[in-house]
Amino acid sequence: MEILSYLINGLGLGSVYAIIALGYTMVYGIAKMLNFAHGDIIMVGAYLSFFAMTRFQLPVIVSVALAVLGCTILGVVVERLAYKPLRQATSLSVLITAIGVSYFLQNSAQLLWSSSTKVYPTIISNGAIKIGSLSISYLSILTILVCILVMTCLTLFVNKTKTGQAMRACAEDKGAAQLMGINVNHIISITFAIGSGLAAIAAVLLCAAYPSVSPTLGSMPGIKAFTAAVFGGIGSIPGAFLGGILLGVIETLTKAYISTQLSDAIVFAVLIIVLLIKPAGLLGKKVSEKV
Amino acid sequence: MLKIENLVVKYGMIEAIKGISFEVRDGEIVTLIGANGAGKTTTMHTISGLLKPESGSILLDGEDLVKIPSHKIVERGLAQVPERRRVFANQTVEENLSLGAYTRKDKEGVEEDLKNVFARFPRLEERRKQLAGTLSGGEQQMLAMGRALMAKPKILLMDEPSMGLSPLLVKEIFRIIEEINKQGTTILLVEQNAKMALGIADRAYVLETGKITLEGTGEELANDTRVQQAYLGG
Repeated sequence: MEILSYLINGLGLGSVYAIIALGYTMVYGIAKMLNFAHGDIIMVGAYLSFFAMTRFQLPVIVSVALAVLGCTILGVVVERLAYKPLRQATSLSVLITAIGVSYFLQNSAQLLWSSSTKVYPTIISNGAIKIGSLSISYLSILTILVCILVMTCLTLFVNKTKTGQAMRACAEDKGAAQLMGINVNHIISITFAIGSGLAAIAAVLLCAAYPSVSPTLGSMPGIKAFTAAVFGGIGSIPGAFLGGILLGVIETLTKAYISTQLSDAIVFAVLIIVLLIKPAGLLGKKVSEKV
Repeated sequence: MLKIENLVVKYGMIEAIKGISFEVRDGEIVTLIGANGAGKTTTMHTISGLLKPESGSILLDGEDLVKIPSHKIVERGLAQVPERRRVFANQTVEENLSLGAYTRKDKEGVEEDLKNVFARFPRLEERRKQLAGTLSGGEQQMLAMGRALMAKPKILLMDEPSMGLSPLLVKEIFRIIEEINKQGTTILLVEQNAKMALGIADRAYVLETGKITLEGTGEELANDTRVQQAYLGG
C-alpha cells in the first residue's frame, strides 16, 4: 500500500510537470525555440495569485483566473518584444535572449516584491481520502484532475479546431503554412498565450503543494519540466504529458526508496539514458522527407 | 493580371534577383525557365510574400503585393504550389485540402471546390483519410495542386511540378495544368523541364543568374538556338 500512495503522489507531481512541459513543447514545436523564461512565468503566476488572495482577499478561483490572464498577457508581450524581432536570427541568439528574459523577470520580481520568501495561503484542505491504509490527499486528486482536463481540452483544441489545425501546419512547415494564408506570427502569439496561461495554473498547483513564493521559485520546476518535455519528445503534446508524469513518478519513488539527495541526479540520469536509446525522446518523431 | 517591375531580391549581401520585370496576362500560361540557381524559386517565394524584396513592385490587378502582409496574399487570389510540394505530411489528405481554403469564408463554395478537386484527382478522394506523408510523390504533387486550387485562385503559381516524377506522370501533370488553365485560371509556371514547359506556355522568359535574358512566345523560345543549346539538350 505504501508504494501505491507514493505512486499517486508521483502522479500529482508529474501532473504539474506535465502542465509546465506543455508550454515548453508547444512553443518549441511551433516557434522552434527553447523558451527558458517559461519557468519565470510560473513565478509571476505564483506572485499574481498570491497577491490576489492575500492583499486583495479575492476568492481562490478568481485569483487563479487573474493569474492565468496576467501570465497570458505577459507571455504574449515577452514574445512580441523579445523573440519576434529575432525571427530570422540564429537559434543561439534566441536562446541567449530567452535566458536574458528569465533573469529580467527574476530580478524584476526581486525589485518589486523583495527577495524574501512569502508563505502561500492554503487553498485546499490538507485532508485526504482514506481507503484502507491508503491515503490520497485532496491536492493530489485535484492536481491530477486538472492535468487530465488540461490535456483533454488542449488535444481537442489542436485536433478539432481551425486554429489548432493551423498550429499543426505551422509546426510542420511555416513557409507552406504562410502560403495557405495562415498568419504565422498570430499563431506563435496564440501558442505563447496558451503556454503561459498553463504556467499560471501550474504555479497555483505547485504553490499549493510547496507553499513558499520567491523570485527564483520557477527555476527548478522549469528545468524539470523542460527535461520532461525532452524526455517525452519535444514538440509532441502527448510526449510532454507522458514525460511529465514519468518524471514525477520516478522522482517521488527515488526520494522514497533510494535517496532524497540523489533524486535529481537519478532523474537526469534516466533522461540521459532515454536520449541515448531514443534521441528524439519517447514519443518524438523522426524527421523524414519524401522526394 | 500579374506585373513584376524591377524586382530586386537579396539574401544578405548577395543579390539573387537583379531587377527583373515580367508580366502574366489574364488567362495565359507563362513560364519562367532557367538552370539551377537562376533565381526561379526566389522569384516565386517573393511573389507569394515568403521573401521581402529589396526593391521593385509586384502588381496583382494593380495592387502592390509587396505592401500587404504576406498572409493576406492568398485572399487576393494568388496561390502557389511550392517546390518539392511541401504538403503537411502529418495531416490527412482532407485536412491538407481544407488548409488550402484556410482564408475562405464561403462554406458552400469550399465544399463545391472540394468536389471539383476530387473529380479532378480521384486518387485523392480514395485516400482522403490517409496522412499526406504516406502518399507517393505523384500523389503528393496532386495534393499540392488540389490544395492550392482550394484557395480558388485567379492566378496559380507552380514551382517545378515535374520534379522527381516519372515521365508518364509529368505528362499527366502538364495535361492537368493545361486543363486548369482552360477552365479560367491564369498560370505562372517555373520549370527546369524546359521542353515540357515551353510546350504548353503562351509566353516564356529565360532567367539566368537573376536576370531575364530572353523572352518570347513558347514556340519562339522552343525554336531559339540559344535556348535549344542551353536548355533543350542541343
